[in-house]
Amino acid sequence: MQQKEFLNLVMPFKDKLYRMAKRLLVSREEAEDATQEILLKLWSKNESMGNYRSIEAFAMTMTKNFCLDRLKSKQAGNLKLVHSNYQDETTSLQKQLEAEDSVNWVERIMDELPEQQKMVLQLRDIEDYDYEEISELLDMKPTAVRVALSRARKTVREKLVQKHSYGIG
Amino acid sequence: MELDNNIEKLLEKYFEATTTVAEEQTLRKYFDQESVATHLEQYKPMFAYFSNAKEEQYTKLNSLTESVKPRRKFNYRWVSVAAAVVVTIGTYFGYGEYTHIQEQKKARLVYQQTKEAFGLLAENFAKGTEKVALLEEFEVAKQKVYSNN
Repeated sequence: MQQKEFLNLVMPFKDKLYRMAKRLLVSREEAEDATQEILLKLWSKNESMGNYRSIEAFAMTMTKNFCLDRLKSKQAGNLKLVHSNYQDETTSLQKQLEAEDSVNWVERIMDELPEQQKMVLQLRDIEDYDYEEISELLDMKPTAVRVALSRARKTVREKLVQKHSYGIG
Repeated sequence: MELDNNIEKLLEKYFEATTTVAEEQTLRKYFDQESVATHLEQYKPMFAYFSNAKEEQYTKLNSLTESVKPRRKFNYRWVSVAAAVVVTIGTYFGYGEYTHIQEQKKARLVYQQTKEAFGLLAENFAKGTEKVALLEEFEVAKQKVYSNN
């Protein structure tokens, strides 16, 4: 397979890999490294790539495993929190700041979730995967996926409400 | 108001994780608007975040493939094929050349031998003529004898 074909193949889901890696590893640099690593692995396997049913699912699983390994290893001990900039959608400055703040909070709340819930929430609410796809990707039973997802969503809601009413963080 | 009711129901399902992808998209679209019912405002950041997070992109792809060229696997099968071809051609033409050289060698040997033989012959012939010259002497002596008589 030629480089161009490979790029065309990877193009649709490279961002998903990156976002998944960033969700798990938090730091942008770490996530970029991880994505690079995954793509290189895919590239080195490109001869056998046709054997996989879905390359995207395969790559996602690879990313998940890679990131979890990273988290387990000592290298992950000095991860940093990196904040992205968010676009404003509200008009007044006050509201804008508030909204931006709350949106940032969601990210921080998600960082605090257990890894499994983090991944389920990421795959479902950000990447719009089906339940079956998620359960296959994460090697979980569909019911477990739903439970984890429900818990994750409720936790995000609760913590968000808490932050709003007490204004602490 | 009816829409709000609908959204509330969807939210309930959403937190029980029983919504479909399409229903979740409806929710996200709803919370993406400017004006949201006040009692639902608290959910806005959540969906806003999910929509925002979707925009994040991996931008380092270009540097990836430039640094890594595809591995060209060297196929050793073709080496054996090439070797076989070389050997075949070599024996075909080489054998002809070999016999040719052998023949030339043999011919040269034969030529040398013949030349030697002729050389010997010539030498002996020369000896013969030398002796024949003596016959002339004999003739002269014979004439002398005849004339004296």
